[in-house]
Amino acid sequence: MPVTLRLPTVLAKAAGGTTVHEARGATVGEIVADVAGRFPELGPRLRDAKGEPYPYVIFYLDDEDIRFQQGFQTPVPDGAEIVVVPAIAGG
Amino acid sequence: MSSPLAVARVAPSALATPSRPELSPLVCRRCGARFDARPVAVCEECVGPLEPAYAPARALPTRSQIEARPRSIWRYREWLPILGEPVVSLDTGFTPLLDSPALARALGVRRALVKNDAVSHPTQSFKDRVVAVALNAAIGLGLETVGCASTGNLANAVAAQAARAGLAAWIFIPEDLEQAKIVGTAVYGPHLVRVRGTYDDVNRLCAQVADRFGWGLVNLNLRSYYGEGSKTMAFEIAEQLGWRFPDAVIAPMAGGSLVTKLDKGFHELADAGLVAGTGPRMYGAQASGCSPIVNLVERGGETVEPVIPRTIARSIAIGNPADGAFAARAIRSSGGAAAAVSDDDLVAGIRLLAETTGVFTETAGGVTVAAALRLAREGKLRSSDELVLCITGNGLKTIDAVVPALPDAPVISAKLREVAALVDA
Repeated sequence: MPVTLRLPTVLAKAAGGTTVHEARGATVGEIVADVAGRFPELGPRLRDAKGEPYPYVIFYLDDEDIRFQQGFQTPVPDGAEIVVVPAIAGG
Repeated sequence: MSSPLAVARVAPSALATPSRPELSPLVCRRCGARFDARPVAVCEECVGPLEPAYAPARALPTRSQIEARPRSIWRYREWLPILGEPVVSLDTGFTPLLDSPALARALGVRRALVKNDAVSHPTQSFKDRVVAVALNAAIGLGLETVGCASTGNLANAVAAQAARAGLAAWIFIPEDLEQAKIVGTAVYGPHLVRVRGTYDDVNRLCAQVADRFGWGLVNLNLRSYYGEGSKTMAFEIAEQLGWRFPDAVIAPMAGGSLVTKLDKGFHELADAGLVAGTGPRMYGAQASGCSPIVNLVERGGETVEPVIPRTIARSIAIGNPADGAFAARAIRSSGGAAAAVSDDDLVAGIRLLAETTGVFTETAGGVTVAAALRLAREGKLRSSDELVLCITGNGLKTIDAVVPALPDAPVISAKLREVAALVDA
């Protein structure tokens, strides 16, 4: 069962005009790589040159911040949802 | 005969339809890409934060021109992203700067001054400043619904100012906020939603809400405008000192925006030639149960390690501070430092400020005072320093934090001899 990757609207233009994408992969990093492979402009906005997440782009796997798990190596269950949120808010 | 209250019940928006102010364009702080004014706070090119792009050649006021304007944040409007005249929230700002010799003695510094946003209008916290700017931006962008993700003070400020402006408000808070902050929001009649989880959970939800519903969430998609309001605290400090900088300024840190914007504000005054010098040393304070920015300052580097908050200082309990790296940079580059204090120490800080200065602050203010005490004892504040403590919120909102630390008042009969017995005791 594919995983759903939800992008913020601000990244839709770099992802074919759509914020919701289905993808396949065993880890968060593989899911991101799958979608980034389809949209070359999107990849550099989601991960750095080493393939690691930026500190200001936060990934939530089923509402849990992956920085408290295994980052891009966090395993992804079938049917999960990954939400991408820019780090912008405070108090 | 109609009741006088009937007039008061007319929606503010029905009394006057505010014009739509023009807004500054936006520029990406990371890659420099420029955008027209819009309710978006991150760059579509690099996901960096957007901030207002002020025209470098704009006419700036002199000291005397500023002093002749009404005492509000808008006397500094050339450094705010609302072009021309603001249309709502005109009364916020210009809170007292209090000299406190007794606090200076307790801290061991030459002079201590308290910037007292505990009496900010209309909701007794510095969040009134940022919301005043954000709501004018919302109106400028044609938005009819505003909102926020909040640890309490911001919820109060958005609810009150939106009510007065005639804007609908959706406000999201952690379920377990202090009762005073819930009541102090609900009373203004917004859509108030309590979310199971921490502030960081609320924040993540609201980022999705802003995307889905197109509302103006002041600290999310209106953040580029909102954050600039914090600079007015720096402008006021310098003006109230007679157009000069103090040696040092300490402020609480939650998302890290306040310290960052204070530093920016001081530099803007210097750049404009209104104040001589390069700005004060900046100091940041956090509770040790949630101190990711203090950790970054002490550890070095550029990346905040998020934490799960565990502190009674809920108003600054942000484990994932979006502006943490910028705050750490401002602290380091100014020659300042940061400190984290325990919950017991912050309660002692609340009492110290009250007993020396006559100001009752909330938990975040207690953190600020206690951190100043620690930094002074560690020699990171100097005995020759003139120090300004930014007190950002009111103690009546967090009374549960101090109740256990206060002695019970004696109960007596209305008899003079019983008073005499107390006096002699």
